[in-house]
Amino acid sequence: MSAPVLPVVVDGVTHHYGSKLALDKMSWSAPEGAITCVLGPNGAGKTTIMEMAEGLRRPESGAVRVLDTDPWGANAAHRRRVGVMLQDGGLPGSVKPLRLLQHIARLYDATDQFPALVEELGIEEFGHTAVRRLSGGQRQRVALAAALIGRPEVVFLDEPSAGLDPHARLDVWDLVRRTRDRGCCVVVTTHSFDEADRLADRVIIVAAGSVAAEGSVAEVSGADGLEDSYFSLTRAAKKSEPRK
Amino acid sequence: MSTPALRARSQAGFEIRTLLSNGEQLLVSLLLPALALVGLAVGNTPDLGAGRRIDIVVPSVLALAVVSTAFTGQAISTGFDRRYGVLRLLGVTPLGRSGLLAGKALAVVVIVALQTVVLGILGACFGWHPDPLGVVVGLLLMLLGTWTWVALALLISGVLRAEAVLAVANLLWVLFAGVGGLLLPTDKFPGAAGAILRLLPSGSLGDGLRDAMTGHFSSLAEPVVVLFVWGAAATALTAATFRWDDR
Repeated sequence: MSAPVLPVVVDGVTHHYGSKLALDKMSWSAPEGAITCVLGPNGAGKTTIMEMAEGLRRPESGAVRVLDTDPWGANAAHRRRVGVMLQDGGLPGSVKPLRLLQHIARLYDATDQFPALVEELGIEEFGHTAVRRLSGGQRQRVALAAALIGRPEVVFLDEPSAGLDPHARLDVWDLVRRTRDRGCCVVVTTHSFDEADRLADRVIIVAAGSVAAEGSVAEVSGADGLEDSYFSLTRAAKKSEPRK
Repeated sequence: MSTPALRARSQAGFEIRTLLSNGEQLLVSLLLPALALVGLAVGNTPDLGAGRRIDIVVPSVLALAVVSTAFTGQAISTGFDRRYGVLRLLGVTPLGRSGLLAGKALAVVVIVALQTVVLGILGACFGWHPDPLGVVVGLLLMLLGTWTWVALALLISGVLRAEAVLAVANLLWVLFAGVGGLLLPTDKFPGAAGAILRLLPSGSLGDGLRDAMTGHFSSLAEPVVVLFVWGAAATALTAATFRWDDR
């Protein structure tokens, strides 16, 4: 009997922006029913590889598979199974959150999720205010709801708790954990050790376009703790550039 | 909502409500063309040529309204959707990029239809009597013009930053309205200028609608060809250059 296919597989992906090497034979995977945190400094390639997994960018070489499908040009049935929270939110400024979320729920054929998510994320209180008038934290909550509204099998969350106050952050983490507990493969990018430490089942540290370490939080942290391990790994990668 | 057509229709409804609840968009799409219609209908200048004045004013204003919605409105909304990542987000939902484009196109056609009804009724209040067959031909020409101007809108909104799109789209709207042949027949401009304007999508749409709705069908070939060539060129260029994000 063959081993089950992991929901997200990144296999030897290399990509350039002009002459700058953004991803250098990057490989990692994310299992179902687990939260995988991709941790790395700015410019390490986190957003680039997330965009490839979301179907927004095509890798130069190597392969990305999501639910055993190439996400680039994948059909609507595939997109129906995948949730995405973009780093820049992707929310139209002039639209009110409740109307936007209702529309996205209809696109996913998942209007039954809508009331519970609105309540869990406290969106009702600003649901009739145009997105452009919301605080950064309120927008984050709307973007997270948009990613989860279709009950996806895989969800990509790009810095889901950035800009949130401590209480809202705990609420978001609880929601992400519940999403994991129903079997979803959750992939989170973050700069925050605290977030990775508290949330992750698996951590992938990326630096200079490659994976510097991966494993459980305990495995990656070692004896020095996650923060010290992160700095030693990412500084070592930075010193080993030039990146051509 | 399991079919691509239903998702595109839902997106069109979403876009229409968003556009109609946007005050600036209503100003450009409806209020300014309506003011132009009233101003030209009650005034005696500028000279619009032979024939009943109102029968020339209404198609001219309809041409302006097409450019307002299909070009200026669509360029600005797409430019800012691109800036805020809306195109990318909706592109990864089941709607997809093709559904998003289909929804936007349908929304523009519906809004142009609504404008046409409102401006047509307003024109009728001032005594507009279009040629009956000319109305049908004019509506077909408006569809062609809508395609051409949406393609031009996507061409600039797919490469320029949102602020630049805002400035360029508004500036061009003023120029096309004033001296582009939308409101004034191109034969009212000096020889060479008029000839150039007839080769622009503004002059061809304005002249074409005026000719069609006054029953002068024999001169429609040139505007149709000009609009088609601009539309095809803009569509091909947009397909080659459009970027879904502005980073």
